[in-house]
Amino acid sequence: MDVKDIIKEENLVYSKPSLLSDKITHYCPGCSHGVVHKLLAEVIEELGIQEKTIGVSPVGCAVFAYNYIEIDWQEAAHGRAPAVATGIARVDPDKVVFTYQGDGDLASIGTAEIMHAANRGENIVVVFINNAIYGMTGGQMAPTTLLGQVTATTPCGRDLERNGYPLKITELIGQLPGAAYVSRQSVHTPAAVRKCRKALRKSFENAMAKKGTSFVEVVSTCSSGWRLSPVEANKWMEENMFPFYPIGDIKDGQKAEAGDFMQQNLKN
Amino acid sequence: MGELRLMKGNEVIAEAAIRCGCDAYFGYPITPQSEVMETLMAREPWNQTGMVVLQAESEVASINMVYGAAGAGKKVMTSSSSPGISLMAEGISYIAGAELPCVIVNVQRGGPGLGTIQPSQADYFQSTKGGGHGDYRLIVLAPASVQEMHDFVGLAFELAFKYRNPAMILADGAIGQMMEKVELGEFVARQTTEQVDAQYGSWATTGKKKSRAKNVITSLELDSALMEQNNLRFQEKYRKMQQDEVSFEAIRCEDADYVLVAFGSSARICQKSVELARAKGIKVGLLRPITLFPFPSEPIARLAKQVKGFMTVEMNAGQMIEDVRLAVNCAGERNPVHYFGRLGGIIPTPGEVVEALEQKLIGG
Amino acid sequence: MTEEIIIAGFGGQGVLSMGKILAYSGVMQGQEVTWFPSYGPEMRGGTANVTVILSDNRISSPILHEFDTAIILNQQSLDKFEAEVKPGGTLLYDPNGIVHPPTRTDINIYKIEGTKIAADMGNVKTFNMVVLGAFLKAKPIVALESIRKGLEKSLPERHHKLIPMNLQAIEAGQQQMEEVHII
Repeated sequence: MDVKDIIKEENLVYSKPSLLSDKITHYCPGCSHGVVHKLLAEVIEELGIQEKTIGVSPVGCAVFAYNYIEIDWQEAAHGRAPAVATGIARVDPDKVVFTYQGDGDLASIGTAEIMHAANRGENIVVVFINNAIYGMTGGQMAPTTLLGQVTATTPCGRDLERNGYPLKITELIGQLPGAAYVSRQSVHTPAAVRKCRKALRKSFENAMAKKGTSFVEVVSTCSSGWRLSPVEANKWMEENMFPFYPIGDIKDGQKAEAGDFMQQNLKN
Repeated sequence: MGELRLMKGNEVIAEAAIRCGCDAYFGYPITPQSEVMETLMAREPWNQTGMVVLQAESEVASINMVYGAAGAGKKVMTSSSSPGISLMAEGISYIAGAELPCVIVNVQRGGPGLGTIQPSQADYFQSTKGGGHGDYRLIVLAPASVQEMHDFVGLAFELAFKYRNPAMILADGAIGQMMEKVELGEFVARQTTEQVDAQYGSWATTGKKKSRAKNVITSLELDSALMEQNNLRFQEKYRKMQQDEVSFEAIRCEDADYVLVAFGSSARICQKSVELARAKGIKVGLLRPITLFPFPSEPIARLAKQVKGFMTVEMNAGQMIEDVRLAVNCAGERNPVHYFGRLGGIIPTPGEVVEALEQKLIGG
Repeated sequence: MTEEIIIAGFGGQGVLSMGKILAYSGVMQGQEVTWFPSYGPEMRGGTANVTVILSDNRISSPILHEFDTAIILNQQSLDKFEAEVKPGGTLLYDPNGIVHPPTRTDINIYKIEGTKIAADMGNVKTFNMVVLGAFLKAKPIVALESIRKGLEKSLPERHHKLIPMNLQAIEAGQQQMEEVHII
């Protein structure tokens, strides 16, 4: 049988989402970014919101996310994506705006912006890729780097006295009344991919329904930064990341009502 | 004639923004310009024109909100004072690099550091020479009256959109806090989504239609050859501004032996100094740059052929004097160019300026 | 006509609002005006001053080193601004709290017992209007009618009921202004 006989509509079991561009990604083998990009393209396509969706890409490995998904994009300064997304969402409330940020971007330099955007309950989606390392700049310590983890700036392992604790920023976001949905996912197995896809879809639906900020952390691998093969990286993630960053929903609902916060005597 | 009011410079910035069809203001409180956002919040323009007003968590956030909204093709602005503008420098560089229009108001106070809340013009270099990283320029307008605070909001938006470049209104605490009679402009309707799409749909994040390629707002280009091209395009734009947008006011320069060069509040003080000096029989004129970038180098060069000397009057340690010297010397002239100014929030008086003029230029 | 005025006193005495009403009155009668305050921490409880200029022509500097008129409401301000009145100019002060009265002989000096008159009228808050009235007696640069219009324009509707009381205070000031030294 010739290959042309095999490539037929009826034999098709998988095709890439139409919103994923043909551009070959610059990501390393085994990197989680590609899978998450694909899921985003699928969800945006499925919801039929290509014309309404604006992506905000970060500084970090995903800086070029705009090359891969066929929607309008804006590239933000390091850490500022939630502020940029706020600007877009406020002047264009009909748009569905999401940010795509890494751990250095979101949990280190951009802590103020993500906290306040989520606390205001901006109707945006935040996709947070946590691979516990700075990939783009060559594998330095991130705020989410585990204690003892070796990185370019913690060659002897992250040291508590010198470097402080790994930051569970997703749990912090979960405390904010402006957050509608806060979840931690991964994309290391087909089952995990399906769950992550569901979480992303819910987040986009929340943004469309103006329920507040939806935040999905994806615990991810960085085989290059971790100096492991893709298979080893997945195993290392399961053994070391998941116990500290447990997978699952942290908050599911919608942003708090004003009445829950208004003091009775504050009526003037 | 439009509605007449007695308003503070800061208040009128807010009123002018609402009236000129501004889509959004993002800001953070800082003295001496907090009345801008206070006035906007009190006016509740979201109920009238639909304008968005948001108090951000920092100047860093507010300029990035401006960046986002400007990327969507909207008429958007922020305001701050010197230390806040320093914080915004990163965002302003991104906006310039991504070629987006927006208006930034700097009601300057004295520095460096936390400095003082009193008026100053010490951000001249920061505003006209860059401020953030990279080779970029802002269109810089220097209002000298409350009326100009009003008029320049619309003008700044016009120029910002014409060149797709951030425009700055460089005021200071004196003009921000001062009240004067002001004639307010008519209300201009905000642009509809359809109008924004029709005009800016070729570059703004108006949502990707099947009919067009995606729009990407970015300042990033890792291919150096292409990045050089981008930079050359910016430079061409700045040259075009230099050619077409220079604005200045010349007061009693026709027969002048000496010319004061001053902008903003200092120019107002110098107007009085000109009156005082003329009363003493000294033939003095005033050249007031209205655009600080592009700088009125040519008018200064022309005056250099006529006058005995120049003196800049600045509320800083002498910043604009460099541009005046460049203008004079590049025209092959050798007139003396002196400087007089006060620092740290002190405003020079008209009398002090005349004294300095007599000592430095006429006596010297 | 150009009148360059400094009004100076303690924060809370209504220095800035007196200047604002004067400026608004100028607008009402078609003049150019500027109102330039001292601002910042010094105005909270410390000294406050405001430069007000009314003119038939375009106003040059809003910041001045000499004045046609100084309206002085405390000793610090008198110490600071007495010397800055132009020769032949006008100085009006409230003697309440003044221990070293003005000594210049080349200017017109008036006083107004503003604090006392306002208290006698039963509303100490109209103190600054009493002083304004005294100034207008010495220098009738704006008409009472312009002041009424200025108040209407600058005060929110809910405060319009206070306008008659303020105008009465101005009239009281006009009547009770005293000449101290006339050149």
